[in-house]
Amino acid sequence: MIRRLSALVIAASVALVPAFAFAADAISGQTQQQPTNWTAIGMFSAFVALSLYITRWAAKRTHSTADFYVAGGGVTGFQNGLAIAGDYMSAASFLGISAQIFNDGYDGLIYSIGFLVGWPIIMFLMAEKLRNLGRYTFADVASFRFAQPPVRVFSAFSTLLVVAFYLIAQMVGAGGLIKLLFGLPFSYAVVIVGVLMILYVLFGGMRATTWVQIIKAGMLLSGATFMAIMVMSKVGWSPEELFNRAVQVKTDIALAHGSSPEEAAKKGLSIMGPGNFIKDPISAISFGMALMFGTAGLPHILMRFFTVPDAKTARKSVLWATGWIGYFYLLTFIIGFGAIVLVATNPQFLDAAGAVKGGNNMPAIHLANAVGGNVFLGFISAVAFATILAVVSGLTLSGASAVSHDLYATVFRRKEADTNHELNVSRGTTLVLGVVAVALGILFEKQNVAFMVSLAFALAASGNFPVLILSLLWKGCTTRGAVIGGFLGLITALVLMILSNDIWVLILHHAKAIFPYKSPALFSMTVAFVGIWFFSITDRSERARIDRAGFDDQRVRSETGIGATQASDH
Amino acid sequence: MAKTEAPAGGTRFSAIAENPKYKELIAKRTRFGWLLTAVMLIAYYGYVGLIAFDKSFLARPIGTGRMSLGIPVGFGLIVLTIILTAVYVVRANKEFDRLTEEIVKEAGQ
Repeated sequence: MIRRLSALVIAASVALVPAFAFAADAISGQTQQQPTNWTAIGMFSAFVALSLYITRWAAKRTHSTADFYVAGGGVTGFQNGLAIAGDYMSAASFLGISAQIFNDGYDGLIYSIGFLVGWPIIMFLMAEKLRNLGRYTFADVASFRFAQPPVRVFSAFSTLLVVAFYLIAQMVGAGGLIKLLFGLPFSYAVVIVGVLMILYVLFGGMRATTWVQIIKAGMLLSGATFMAIMVMSKVGWSPEELFNRAVQVKTDIALAHGSSPEEAAKKGLSIMGPGNFIKDPISAISFGMALMFGTAGLPHILMRFFTVPDAKTARKSVLWATGWIGYFYLLTFIIGFGAIVLVATNPQFLDAAGAVKGGNNMPAIHLANAVGGNVFLGFISAVAFATILAVVSGLTLSGASAVSHDLYATVFRRKEADTNHELNVSRGTTLVLGVVAVALGILFEKQNVAFMVSLAFALAASGNFPVLILSLLWKGCTTRGAVIGGFLGLITALVLMILSNDIWVLILHHAKAIFPYKSPALFSMTVAFVGIWFFSITDRSERARIDRAGFDDQRVRSETGIGATQASDH
Repeated sequence: MAKTEAPAGGTRFSAIAENPKYKELIAKRTRFGWLLTAVMLIAYYGYVGLIAFDKSFLARPIGTGRMSLGIPVGFGLIVLTIILTAVYVVRANKEFDRLTEEIVKEAGQ
């Protein structure tokens, strides 16, 4: 059944290509479009079809739900590290960070570093314990010694919220890509991505994401390496020359926009240091906290710790992931500066007003064209798009399983929920998430995708992370404390985000932001930690006694893995 | 190795909790983990602090060229992150795994 459906998906997606191109021709009359790029489209279709084929192949090898989880059993540290890196090097990292560097220079590096520094924290305080305690989802760990229903309700809400914001970023990135490549209007592009994503999740599914991620992480890393090498070769292998030219380009652009020579020179130089992206100290610290601690609260990343056989392998996967991601970020920096030099100066990539064709997030894609021609453009677009699809399906599934496994099966129906019902709930959630992601994706078109992801990180840092870390490390933590504190942190983060400039003013068109800072994490994380602490120490209930009494056993298992190996065998 | 039918928790777990090797493992690993966490936090928030309070420090050119101080500092931080992670893995593979193995063995008897 699944095999036939996934074959259908492949056939449909290949058949759609001429339709896209036709639409491109039809629309090019109204908007100014570059001619349809057949070479790039051919490469693109070939790689997307290939990734769907891999999905089908992997789906064939795993049949039952148990297979899906133990598929992890066979995953090595190296493979899992690459898969984590694949999940992590999403549209935000590749398109968003390089675009941020393209626009503001050094500011983009602040993202890269922030996204990376969460990994050692996960390693030192959490990774092995997660593996030893975890069964299938991170809620299993968070609720290990607590009353199940309240903690699972919390983690399901928290997961859905994080997933929604993360999804928006991926939709905006993918929509921009399709818009650029096929010349479709952004809203059509986002709808197409949404439909493909739902098909991919429903028929190909999560079973394959590990393999798809491993292969694509490899392709993305080699593609990015090639781009960085080509950029360096064009500036005579001299970083100094690269920076020199980039500053010159930015100075010239400022001059052309009517700045005085002094202003223009200052503007040009501004790309070499931290600039306007973060204006005040509180924003800097708050933003830094969101990025660092958000990683440790992302549901689709935490899930990856349950796909390896033991704590030792979990550890190795974190090291591999950190290595690959760090290397990738060094490349992104070169790619971003390369785009300033090679894309911002080439009229082929700019519209009449001097803005980048295809929107804010596309400089890396144009750079692929500049250094490798149409074939490489097709390759990079396809890899970027396929990565987005895989990340999106992983996200959607972690959202869907939060609803079906944590909410529906554990909370509403308790244990007697049957698999068929659970699966239907999961499918329904996928559809709803798809529609929500499309609607929000259209709304957030103009946003930098790395920034959108930072909002998802802020939510994860304020909800999942405090609950998880305190349940692991603090004996006094109780069900009541974790649930109330977690919800308080999550709601604080959400409300402050909505009241901040990027949503209140840019999306909702109010005159002035009520919350003046770039990220809510400093405040919402404090609320979460204080909330959990306060509502735990004042908790005198019978449940609280059980919660605290369970800590020592939880600790033995989390530290030694005794009892854990059996848990993943069945 | 460990008996599958053994109940989770109960006397078996409290026996492990009393094992001196278990106490040694917890003490060493917890201390090492927090030490490395502290190094990472200091390095990262030192960097964030510079962005927050003295942006011009990072924008300052090195020597006479265009390369600003912020670039080697930022790249250095990325490399440090990878190195710290590797340091933990090396010690865990050598020392912590050996201790864990002994604890598991003793618990199985």
